[in-house]
Order: sequence, then structure tokens, then C-alpha cells
Amino acid sequence: MADLTLRVNGSEKKVSVSPETPLLWVLRDTLELTGTKFGCGAGLCGACTVHADGNAIRSCSTPVSQVAGKNVTTIEGLSANGLHVLQQAWIAEEVPQCGYCQTGQIMSAAALLAKMPNPSDDQITQAMNGNLCRCGTYERIRKAIHRAANGGGR
Amino acid sequence: MTPLSRREFVGAGIAGAAGLVIGFYLPHRGGAEKESFSPNAYLRITPDDKVTVVVARSEMGQGVRTALPMILAEELEADWKQIEMEQAGASTLFGDQTTGGSASVRTTWDPMRKAGATAREMLISAAALTWGVPRSTCTAENGRVKHAASNRSLSYGDLVGKASTLPIPSDVTLKQSKDYKIVGQRLARVDSPAKVKGEAVFGIDFRMPGMKYAVLSRCPVIGGKVASFDDKDSKKIAGVSYVGKIGDAAVTVVADSVWGAMEGRRVLSVTWDEGPNKDLNTAAVFASMKQASSKKSANMYSAGDPAKVSGRNISAEYTLPFMAHAPMEPGNCTASYQASKCELWAPTQVPQDCRDSVATAVGLDPDQVKVNVTLMGGGFGRRLEHDYAVEAALVSKSISAPVKVVWTREDDMRFSTYRPASIHQLSATLDGAGYPVALRHRIIAPSISGQKGQPVPNGVDPDLPDEAGPVYGIPNYSVEYVMTETPVPLGWMRSVYALQAGFALESFIDELAVAGGKDPVQYRLHLLEKDQDLPYFTTTWKTSRMRGVLQLVADKAGWDKPLAPGRYRGVACFGCFQSYMAEVVEIGMENDQPRVHRVVAAVDCGQIVNPNILEQQIQGGVVYGLANALRAKITIEKGRVVQGNFDDYAPLRMEETPTVEVYAVSSPEVPTGIGEPSVPPVAPALCNAIYAATKKRIRALPIST
Repeated sequence: MADLTLRVNGSEKKVSVSPETPLLWVLRDTLELTGTKFGCGAGLCGACTVHADGNAIRSCSTPVSQVAGKNVTTIEGLSANGLHVLQQAWIAEEVPQCGYCQTGQIMSAAALLAKMPNPSDDQITQAMNGNLCRCGTYERIRKAIHRAANGGGR
Repeated sequence: MTPLSRREFVGAGIAGAAGLVIGFYLPHRGGAEKESFSPNAYLRITPDDKVTVVVARSEMGQGVRTALPMILAEELEADWKQIEMEQAGASTLFGDQTTGGSASVRTTWDPMRKAGATAREMLISAAALTWGVPRSTCTAENGRVKHAASNRSLSYGDLVGKASTLPIPSDVTLKQSKDYKIVGQRLARVDSPAKVKGEAVFGIDFRMPGMKYAVLSRCPVIGGKVASFDDKDSKKIAGVSYVGKIGDAAVTVVADSVWGAMEGRRVLSVTWDEGPNKDLNTAAVFASMKQASSKKSANMYSAGDPAKVSGRNISAEYTLPFMAHAPMEPGNCTASYQASKCELWAPTQVPQDCRDSVATAVGLDPDQVKVNVTLMGGGFGRRLEHDYAVEAALVSKSISAPVKVVWTREDDMRFSTYRPASIHQLSATLDGAGYPVALRHRIIAPSISGQKGQPVPNGVDPDLPDEAGPVYGIPNYSVEYVMTETPVPLGWMRSVYALQAGFALESFIDELAVAGGKDPVQYRLHLLEKDQDLPYFTTTWKTSRMRGVLQLVADKAGWDKPLAPGRYRGVACFGCFQSYMAEVVEIGMENDQPRVHRVVAAVDCGQIVNPNILEQQIQGGVVYGLANALRAKITIEKGRVVQGNFDDYAPLRMEETPTVEVYAVSSPEVPTGIGEPSVPPVAPALCNAIYAATKKRIRALPIST
């Protein structure tokens, strides 16, 4: 066990966990931030995507000790009111079906837009290809990212 | 999200299709009176003008939390903005609450409409009595009753007191589709905002005070058992509080976090009694099916006699593998067992089965088990099982504390219930013009229900009547079923047997079209040109409706226009869950592999409740169907499921996803299934496109083998 200080969604959190615990489980079980999802535990599906210093990472495969000192952002901290331009675009394009993977999808998309404000189709595919959706919402995800990139309009 | 409390209600029953009763909430009534009314309820209207619609189906992404309230609100003449949704748990008030078989809308269409219409009529009567005017001069609209002559109106909330004293009408007039204001509209899904904010509570997100976390080590060999286990190393893991046998085939590790439980399981040592299937492999499963294929079949559809027709004979055999649902949210359930009761928070398609199975497993009566239904991160039929609920209840009982059982992805892949593998023998006799005058389709597959010990009337798996109907009015036509047995656990996976039946039939029809030298669309249209009713169990398939979707998809796909160089296309049409579906798949070939560029889908599912949800379901079904066709395959070696995660059982990713265009026939017919019918035509249309590109016929799925 180790006492770690994490910076999550802008506030400091002290946790006492074994340092190799994946960040995912610290977020979900210790900090009760369940918007970040468990899908595969192996970095294959992207449901657990969060940001570390603005980069999209797979929290299921990232030991918590690796993010000590970094700014971790989860879906709960993506925007103050839950109405990030991507979240609004996701609603406008009616993206979610079951919705389970969508928080990870949005976090991947947010990291993309932060670096590339107006991505091409290929750039979207490249950034989003690691995020699986069994409901098959990919086409709408692409549209929602374009919509958000255009400031919310189509 | 609590189920309706019987004490909150007064109201009485109307005899609807599902024993439907509505109730009006009356906060000022005395207790004795409340008890004197039946509590059954889909609907609650409160004086603050809130209209609460209880949804007695489970939300797994298919939009029931939006679509079902829309149906009721339409007849109620409610303002959609005043509608609130409440999820029902396992209940005795709503009939069968199973969410499956693309049935949520088709089985609640009548009860929901009657519930809304009955309430509307009572509210109109209440207003007429209040004003002392004939009820025929009052109208309901947007959550108010109006009396135009005197320009008066009262809100529904104003009227609940009076309305609840009135007799319940036994026969109410339902609206005509031309007058619909809510049904058929592209209303926003009510569940989207919480889902994009990360606030939606799926089963795996539920937590309660004092709750522990558990994972289970299950015997990797199908049908094996625990011989012994050593928990010494597990108990050294920080947070692990309990290790113990659950049933006779699993050992649970309980900890204060999911990770702790997983770590405890990683070092757990279990000796398995591998049992009778330790040498089972996929080849043996197919060999035994092949052997059984000569057995006498049960007849499911019969017209004329294919054996008595002569002409040019063509036959082919198709095979399909086991497949896994693989929903994004792995299996899980939370249970809190106490001496005389057990409460569950379950992401389930079968709350009532969970209740009953848990009751049996932990030794309670069903009414001592309460099942709350959470959101589901996909279902696709996997959550028609109740294994996770039983496990959670047993672990909670063992540790005398609330517990959440979580399955890992590997658990979900290896301990699933699988779409049955199948063999299909098709034969046809062509006339001089190249069209079939006889067709025989023998489906050889194990029975899902049969394996579960459920009835298999006349040797026909009870799902086949919804999923393997005739498509064409061929004069001599039989569809037959040979039931086989396998130890591999079987389950209902999205579109169930329709995937296999549709793949075999529509690939074979393409073979016949090629043999007859005809265009595949024109060939099918010719077979559908006469208006015919094809009765199959309780459904009557109509060639006119299938012809309609086929013509529509051909028009929208531009079938009569030339394709760009390097592009090829295939077509397929099939009906299941009472809906008609046709698809055109357009591909290119890259390194001998198909790349799917475009799918055009046309559906006739009767009245459309919400076009957006319909399009979502079809787009999703096509993507699901593509993954099934391209590479979904579960194999067995040494009695164990080989595949474990999304690397060796890989769903479609964004880079492989085509554009999917959806067109629906406008229809006033009763609504039929929409969650599954888009899946079966995908594989044959894709394989038919591959044939167009390569002249190679694919008769075994997945395509990647």
C-alpha cells in the first residue's frame, strides 16, 4: 500500500492503494467516479479513457502511481456543467444507444479536438479507432465530432 | 427509480391485454380507501401535473425508456414535456417483463395505448362533470381538458381528484395514426444527457453502504467442477476478506475493491474436476451435428411437395459457428441478502427470472426477492440469462453483506451462452427459366430452449417461429428443423436463429440467381411478384411487404446504376420478428479481404414510433451483423472456450464501419420488431457482394476463415 496524492478534475485527492492498482479502479471504487467504465481491462476497448495532462490514456492499463503529479481529467470533470461542446454534439446527433462506451469515446474525442480543432475524417478515425462500441454508433460519433469542431453547428 | 409502492395508489383496473390497470395518485386520501383499490399501474398523474409512465421493459440501448412513454403519452394527449419515466423492477403487475425478441414495442403497444386512452377519457369526464357540460363538448389536448364554447380549461393535475372517483371505462376508442402528434416524431431520447455526462448508473456503477466486491473463478472446462482450492495466497492480498466455494463449479474472492478481488483471484489455486467434456473441441461439435443431419426433421413450413418436382437440381450446405454477444458492460450484479429477504440491482433483460432463480438458489420465496433493474451497457441477449444475479445472491448470503459481483472481459467471453452453431442444407429445383419451383431448407442446430430444459413443442425450438419463416411464395417449399445436442452453453443472441436461417437462405437464393443467369434483385422480385400470404406459425408473411422493402432498397442503393470501378454489391432480404428487411452491401476488395463502404437498408416494421430510434437500431444492427459475418467465432479446445478478449474476438472498429443509410416504409400497420431484423441480411448481402467481386462463394462464416 502507498499513500498517493492525485490531482483529479482539479482537486487534490489522497488515496491509500497499492501503487500498481490500475487508475480505473482507483477512480471507480476509491473516488467513486463511475463515469469512467471498465470494458476489457487490457487497453483494447477505450471505455476507460481519461486524460492525463490532456493526453487520452487507458486508465485500465495505467498503474495509479504513473499519474501521481499529473492532472487527471475524467468525464465528470470535462466541463463544469456537463455541457462540453462535444457532450452537446453527442446529444444533438443522438449518438448514445446503450451509452456505456460513450464517456470513453467523448474523452478520446476531447483529447483529439484539443490538439486538432478541425480534424479530417482520417484524423478522427485514427484518434477514435481504439474506442469500441458494440451498439455501432461510429458514424454518429464521427458526425458529432465534426459538429463540435464546427462550434456546434453542422 | 423505485417500483410503484402499492400504498401510493388508488385506481382500479381495466381489462387490458396484459391485465392493465391505471392509477391516479391521490395524496389526501385516507389509508383504508387506498387499500381498497388495485395497485397495478403504468401511469401516475399527480396534482402538480407530472405524468409518470412506468416502463416495464429494460433499457439496454434500444430506446424503450423513450419509445414506450411516447406510446402512452400519445393516447393520453399529454404534453411530452410533462412526462417522466420510471423504471419498473421485477413485478407481478405487468405480465412477462422479458426484454427480448424485438418485442418491447410490439407487446406493449396495446396496453400502453389503452392505459393512455382510458386515462384521457376519465379526465375528460372529470372536467365535464366539474363544469356541468356534456362530455362530448370537451376535448383533451396537451395535458389539459378544454371546453371551447366557454373558453375554459383545466390541467390534468387539476382533475386527478375527480377523475379517480369515476368508473373506469371498459372500452375506449384509440386514436387513428393520422392523428398522431407524438408517435412517429423524432423526439430526443430521454436517456442521452445522463449518458454523455457520465451520470447514468449502469449495473456496474451501482453501489451501496457496506458493499463488498467479488469476482469468481469458474471451472474453465464446460461442465467441470471444483475439486479443491487453496486460498492461502489470495488471503495475503490487501483487502481480500473472503474466499469460498459458490455452487459446485466456482470459487469466489471477495475484497474491498474490484481490483483487490481480481488480484486475489489471480493468485488463487483451484484444482478442477474437469468432468466429461475435457476433450471436447469444435471439430467434434460439428462432426456430431453432421452426423445428426440425416435424422428425421420437424416440419416448420410446408407448401406443395419439393420431392415430387423435377428439373435442374442445385444444392448447397452452409455452416455457422458459435458466437458471443460481448456487450460492452461485462456481467455484474449487486445483491444484498438478509435473513428473510434479498434485494438485487441487476442489469437484466429478465427481472422476473432473476427473482425466481435467486429465490430458489438462496432458499427464499420469490416475493422475498426484490429486483431493481439498472441501465445496461448492452444486452444483445446475454442478459436474458440470470447467472450473474444468482452468483451475487449466493456470495452475499455467504458473507452476510451486500456485494457486487463483477465479471472481467475474459469471464464474459468464456462463460457466456453462445449463439448456436448450425448446418444448413439447401436444395432447389429450377424450372426452364431458371426460377425455383421447389426449395427445401433443413436447419440443423441445437435448441437453446431445449438445452435449458424448456419445452420444445413438436421438436421445434420455440424461437424458430419468429426467426426462420419463408420469404418467397415458391410453390413447393419446406423449412425443416433437426434438433441436435451439444454441451456448449447456448443463448439467445441478437436475431437468434434468424442470423443463421437468413444467411443460408439468402446466400442460396443468390446461388440460384447466378445459376439462372439473372440479376439478384430482379430474381428476387420475380419470386415475390405475386401477392401471397405465407402462414408460418402465428405470423403471416406477405410477399407484397417483402417486395416493397426490396424495391425500396434497390431504388435507394441505385441498383440499376453502374458502380464505380472496383466496387461490388450484394443484396439480401429476410423477415424476422414480424418485420421485413432488405439490404444492399457495397464493397471493394483490398488484399483479398472485403472492405465495406456502404450499406443501404430498408425496413417495413409497421407504424414507426420514433424514427431516430429506428435508425439507431438499424445502423447498430448492421454494424453488429458485419462483425458477426467478418470474424465472430467462438471455438472450443479441450473443453474450454478459446477466445478471451477483444483481440481474439474483435468487434468492428470505426475504421471498418461503412455508412449505413436507413429507409423505412411508411405504414399504419401495427408496429413490429426493430432491434434485430437488420442483423440477418448483412452476412448474406456481404457474401453475395464478395461473390460478385471474386466469383468465390462463401458457405461458412465467418468470412475471415
